[in-house]
Amino acid sequence: MYVAVKGGERAIDNAHAWLSEERRGDASVTELSVAQIREQMTLAVNRVMAEGSLYDPDLAALAIKQARGDLIEAVFLIRAYRTTLPRFGASRPMDTGTMACDRRVSATFKDAPGGQVLGPTFDYTHRLLDFKLAADGEVPPAPEAPEGAPPAKAPHIMEFLDREGLMQRDTDSKTLPRDLTREPLELPATRDLRLQALTRGDEGFVLGMAYSTQRGYARNHAFVAELRIGKVAVEMDIPELGFAIEIGEVELTECETVNQFAGSKTEPPQFTRGYGLVFGMSERKAISMALVDRALRWEELGEDNLGAPAQDAEFVLYHADNIQATGFLEHIKLPHYVDFQSELELIRKLRREAAAAAQDAPREAAE
Amino acid sequence: MNPAMTQSDQDRHEERGMNDYNFAYLDEQTKRMIRRAILKGLAIPGYQVPFASREMPMPYGWGTGGVQVSAAVLTPEDTFKVIDQGADDTTNAVSIRRFFQKTAGVAVTEATTEASVIQTRHRIPEAALREDQVLVYQVPIPEPLRFLEPSEVETRKMHELEEYGLMHVKLYEDIAQHGAIATAYAYPVKVEGRYVMDPSPIPKFDNPKLEMAAIQLFGAGREQRIYALPPYTQVVSLDFEDYPFEASKADHPCGLCGAEDSYLDELIVDDAGGRLFMCSDTDYCAARQAAGHRGADAAPVLEGMA
Repeated sequence: MYVAVKGGERAIDNAHAWLSEERRGDASVTELSVAQIREQMTLAVNRVMAEGSLYDPDLAALAIKQARGDLIEAVFLIRAYRTTLPRFGASRPMDTGTMACDRRVSATFKDAPGGQVLGPTFDYTHRLLDFKLAADGEVPPAPEAPEGAPPAKAPHIMEFLDREGLMQRDTDSKTLPRDLTREPLELPATRDLRLQALTRGDEGFVLGMAYSTQRGYARNHAFVAELRIGKVAVEMDIPELGFAIEIGEVELTECETVNQFAGSKTEPPQFTRGYGLVFGMSERKAISMALVDRALRWEELGEDNLGAPAQDAEFVLYHADNIQATGFLEHIKLPHYVDFQSELELIRKLRREAAAAAQDAPREAAE
Repeated sequence: MNPAMTQSDQDRHEERGMNDYNFAYLDEQTKRMIRRAILKGLAIPGYQVPFASREMPMPYGWGTGGVQVSAAVLTPEDTFKVIDQGADDTTNAVSIRRFFQKTAGVAVTEATTEASVIQTRHRIPEAALREDQVLVYQVPIPEPLRFLEPSEVETRKMHELEEYGLMHVKLYEDIAQHGAIATAYAYPVKVEGRYVMDPSPIPKFDNPKLEMAAIQLFGAGREQRIYALPPYTQVVSLDFEDYPFEASKADHPCGLCGAEDSYLDELIVDDAGGRLFMCSDTDYCAARQAAGHRGADAAPVLEGMA
């Protein structure tokens, strides 16, 4: 019996060896390469980059391979790697107005400068299993735009509402945003910190929170004013040079929602904004983020606290991180026999006392 | 080599070799940040200091707070011991001990007296610790008021105002309902007459040991808090005059070493539900057995092991 709690070291080694074997699967099936995952599992790679807070498709693909396709485990691998990386500095604020859009749609205007561009979307596909893919994944090339046509400029649609003064203005605070990964989260959290937490938060959790606002828990009537996906240049000021240089580009999904706002004691009726920005092509997450961002802004806009979960910054921010959540949730499979033992003794003692009291009771009644 | 990976892919991944981590994994800047939090914690015993917890290569809830504190206090000369549920060979203790063997190359031991830094989950070793030792606790929920008040904003305010009435009401309600305080582990304490503190989920049997010669550091990674007890700090388990605190344990001697003063694990040893009680502190038990102490169940169990 005593042997049962011994042998931890060997058990761990053997378990890990077995895990590696399981990850590889049937050796007669070709091994999946990191490049294949990066190119053909792009949306999984995007999700791992977004929730891992690290823009590196190769590493994200590697993490997915290592995690046997468990995306939260892959996010965890990326986070643990990211935390060891040195910080050289911060980029300049990215100008998403200059985005080379692969997709850009507005639900509020039928057309706008820059046009509606569907891009590579699942929307309007019929969700029928394509059995051809099981046999052969080769596809004919998609039609291309005529060469020489200059890429259409696509200014943010919100700007048009802004000009009319219908839009509540977000002002530049001129302060460097704080870094959630280098400072402890303390409440009340400013909007920059809330947005950081949301963009790296679990997609399912943020989706659920956003959905709850649509179903009436702090409903805020969101319209997707604009959803755009594409590449944006990252620029960084180099002190030695005295000017900024482009150090690369990242693919982003940006969502701006326009929400009704009835006005308050201090503000006339106007539209307000929810904002979502996520690494990669992550449109469900970006829209969800915008809805939750808007719900969390109730206080600064002078709205009522309806007691809805999506309005409670502490609730949302403390529970959005899937790496924290999964770690704490899964830790309950670790041994707890010391605590359980003390509970066992307590409950035995309480039951003894209750039984003794019950025996005494009828006697007292008889007397 | 993976044929589908380009040469430049390969180069990139080799550049990022995994062997160049800093001593004890964390970079020096991070350690400095953690040490500051530890010093602040020692200066204000029982106060929860927020710190920028890092993602560690093990999951939150598995000791990341303790691991970060250990990483910040370990020096190459240290001898490190890790226990989980009092035992050195539970799987997670093995995993954490190996982590520091690999990343810090420190000496490790299972002997409580030989260790200079001891990381623990859920227990305080039975042997009294010395002034030259540091005990690092892994803490899941650092806030003793959390299950009475879910909001962190509120509980921080309650600590600020020393407003602990809610806790006393809870303990009183326990007595009214059960005739006793129904908290068996993570039993709340008051430190130096000021902060109410969660001693981490140690059984209340261990609470009296919280006043000790060694430095005690508490790390909660997921909740981003560090707190501390300097040597010989006054630590009082909350109670009432007519319902005094009682450190309880199973009413048995250890079946292996016969100790009557140690906290016991209860094992189910046969299909009929037979029980064996044995020390949860495996080092304490082994040392007593080596010194010739024998419990009632010792002989057959030891034969079984041979």
